[in-house]
Amino acid sequence: MALNLDRSNVATRENRIGSITGYIGSLSDLANQSNCGTLKGCSRCFSQSSTCLSSCALGQLSAIRDIAIIHHGPSGCSAASADTYYLDKVMAKKRGITNNTVYVGTDMDEKDTIFGSSESLRRIILEVNRRYSPKAIFVTSSCATGIIGEDIDSVIDDVKEEVEVPVVAVHCEGFKSRIWATGFDISDHAVLSSIVQPPKQKRNTINFKNFYESARPEIIAIFKSFDLEPIFLYCNSTVEELSHISESLATTCICGTLGNYLGNGLEEKYGVPYIRTINPLGIAGFETWLREIGKVTDRSGAVEKYIEEQRAIYLPQIEGIKKELKGLKAVLGMGPGYTFEVSRVLDELGIKVVWALAWHYDKKYDNGDVPPSMQYLLENDVDFEASVADQQNYEVMNILNKYQPDLYLSRHPGSTVWAIKNGTPAVYVADEYMIFGYKHTLEFAQSLLESIHNRSFEKNLARRVKLPYTDWWYQQNVDEFLEEVKK
Amino acid sequence: MAKLLDKQRYKCALAAMQTVQAITRAIPVLHSGPGCAQKLSDSIGSSGYFSPNIFPCTSINEKDVVFGGTKKLETTIENALKVIDADLYVVLTGCIPEIVGDDTGEIVSHFENAEKPVIYASTAGFKGNNYIGHEQIIDAIIDQYIEKSEDREKGLVNIWADVPYQDLFWLGNIRELEKLLEELGLTPNTIFGYQRGIDNINRISKAEFNLLVSPWVSVGNMKKMEKKFGIPYLHYPTLPIGAFETSKFLREVGKFAGVDEEKAETIINEHENYYYYLIERYADMFLETRVMAKQFSVVADAQYALGITKFLVNDLGLFPAKQFVVDDTPKKFQEQIKKEFQNLNYGIKADVSFETDGYKIHNEIKEHDYHGYPLILGSYYEKELTEEMFGHYLNISWPVQDKVVLNDFYAGYTGGIKLIEDIYSVAVQRWN
Repeated sequence: MALNLDRSNVATRENRIGSITGYIGSLSDLANQSNCGTLKGCSRCFSQSSTCLSSCALGQLSAIRDIAIIHHGPSGCSAASADTYYLDKVMAKKRGITNNTVYVGTDMDEKDTIFGSSESLRRIILEVNRRYSPKAIFVTSSCATGIIGEDIDSVIDDVKEEVEVPVVAVHCEGFKSRIWATGFDISDHAVLSSIVQPPKQKRNTINFKNFYESARPEIIAIFKSFDLEPIFLYCNSTVEELSHISESLATTCICGTLGNYLGNGLEEKYGVPYIRTINPLGIAGFETWLREIGKVTDRSGAVEKYIEEQRAIYLPQIEGIKKELKGLKAVLGMGPGYTFEVSRVLDELGIKVVWALAWHYDKKYDNGDVPPSMQYLLENDVDFEASVADQQNYEVMNILNKYQPDLYLSRHPGSTVWAIKNGTPAVYVADEYMIFGYKHTLEFAQSLLESIHNRSFEKNLARRVKLPYTDWWYQQNVDEFLEEVKK
Repeated sequence: MAKLLDKQRYKCALAAMQTVQAITRAIPVLHSGPGCAQKLSDSIGSSGYFSPNIFPCTSINEKDVVFGGTKKLETTIENALKVIDADLYVVLTGCIPEIVGDDTGEIVSHFENAEKPVIYASTAGFKGNNYIGHEQIIDAIIDQYIEKSEDREKGLVNIWADVPYQDLFWLGNIRELEKLLEELGLTPNTIFGYQRGIDNINRISKAEFNLLVSPWVSVGNMKKMEKKFGIPYLHYPTLPIGAFETSKFLREVGKFAGVDEEKAETIINEHENYYYYLIERYADMFLETRVMAKQFSVVADAQYALGITKFLVNDLGLFPAKQFVVDDTPKKFQEQIKKEFQNLNYGIKADVSFETDGYKIHNEIKEHDYHGYPLILGSYYEKELTEEMFGHYLNISWPVQDKVVLNDFYAGYTGGIKLIEDIYSVAVQRWN
């Protein structure tokens, strides 16, 4: 599907690639229905809070160094600016650099919702530019500005003459999509359409889309042995670096949900190949991914040599731990960019996935294919019960209560806490590199083992707390509140 | 009118979902976009019997914006009552339903006969910040839940203080205020925190008086209860931190409640003796820590800006540079709060600025001569600034990223000692 970079607004994942947030069945059924085009997402007549797409969009953009975000809306929308301030400072400090990105709000009030506030917004943009001289200014909407029809695009057109750096409209009304990952697309769209420049020369760089670059030093080392240089995006990126990403040899991403739009966009517009393998988590994932990079960059020989060396170090150790993990049962709840990848790793480690929840599901990626992680599982005869729920915690708890697994794994804040209160050992797979490559796959296996071994914390806590759900709910089927899509 | 909110120190009215969360077994039901709860909760310390991802939410989408979201609200409340085990269901409206004109009150009225009480509060983000939202929640409880009582329980006093969660120390502070009142022989009643909930709400209208410990937050709630239930109130504008203010607090509350003066003095005397026993042991530290200068600034909401200023001046003999109140205090309260800042020992007057623009605050701090290393008590935004000025920094107001507080507090005699410990734990890390 062609991406339209001339418009400031991005179509939602629901509309663009048929993504859904409501489904219960099995992995094979989910995949078959996606392939046949019969998959229809369900809505819910009861739901619990989840995530705003603006958090994803602005979480990405605000990690870029020395830029400004102007969040036009009431003060709650820009509340994330406080976390951003902290994150930008500590992430830069870790690298030994500085980041002077500012994220401000506009504290819209009731009068603004009636009379509009484009004049105030204009003044605010100019004042932020005067105060901080940012390298780019992203001006973003909110639910309130969206509904009253505040014309942010016109305000931006109006100030462009007075501001010497890119001023970019970022349309992220929270009601637009139930799939917060649409926010990732929105941020990629802003970068692609306003920051990235056409290539002037080819470089031996690989664009590496990730979240918080924790594995940066080791990835630099791995790529160096192939005479490649990774450019990590967008945490600690500079606007200057971003302007050159069209000159890279390829784009890769630690999470398909995160990098899909940018990867496809760079490929479509500038011919930069997007690595579309399963992700580099676990052994099969890491090797498949590395080999593809070798192929695309014509470095297969060096890659095979590296794989051989590393296998000798790590495979015997991983095999050792597998014996102790064999037969454990797990439930997991993550974004789809991880659920089906981590399921594969658990299968590799001999752990049985009894139920996998994906917080949403993309029937197709922007290139029109079924997500590779699903394809891989099906080709390898792995199947399990699966559901799609946008972090509906009550459904997770119902499943945990029914299946009583040995382990619950989740990637999103606020989810593992509830498993622990249920007495289920839980592992928070927060860091995107937690299962990256051989070394971290081994560490991951070790931490799973440690988590099920010492159960003191969850036992102590579970013994003392009452769960907030009624007995009635635990007696219902998980799909109690799912409704067929109304035509 | 929209303004540049640079280094913001409050959230929107819907963040008063945290006020509801602080009432044990009360659950916020959000009529809002799907991500408001997550955005408005703090990244750590938001768990509990309920956490933001338990809060039922209508998760408004594009269709609801066009056609209205009342049907979804109805099924959400109906099923929340079935799925969630709570004592009180508080529907909070976000921006979208209030702009498109959903009649939330009408939908909530369908649940008048539900097994558990369901009430609602108008908390659209554009209606004000979370200090105002907090008042809206208490108003909703007063207007829609509490019934007037003709009975008065002797010595029963409702205590109201600043905004839970927005105030890092809310839990410890309110427990300490309770303890102080108990010592006076009164029976405190509060609705927030451990083992405080619907039963405490049910007792509110039986109280002899309301005690409000806050510069301005909840003054409106007190007036409403006075009018509706005939409960008088004592407004004590300063959070008592340390001996000077806490003794004053005990005297005033005692007097208002008709506690025997001698009894109050005995209690005060005992506390002050121990307080100064501790301070005497560390008197060398106060005088001989080379890096401690005299001047300080607080960048916080009115509660902490005022409470800490009074403590540092009246107890520790420090000197106020400019103080910054950052909670967007309504204009009608500003004069009165200013007067409090001018009412310090030895005729000392603190210059105070009501300012929400962090850029301007930082410029003023940078330009001021603190006659030595500045002491800055503020939010996380002041950390880097203070480091650049080689000053001492303590994170006491939102946003907090520099410390974890489970149970600590600054209120009362004990809280004053704790604040001393925190300040000097920073100072002693340097020699000169």
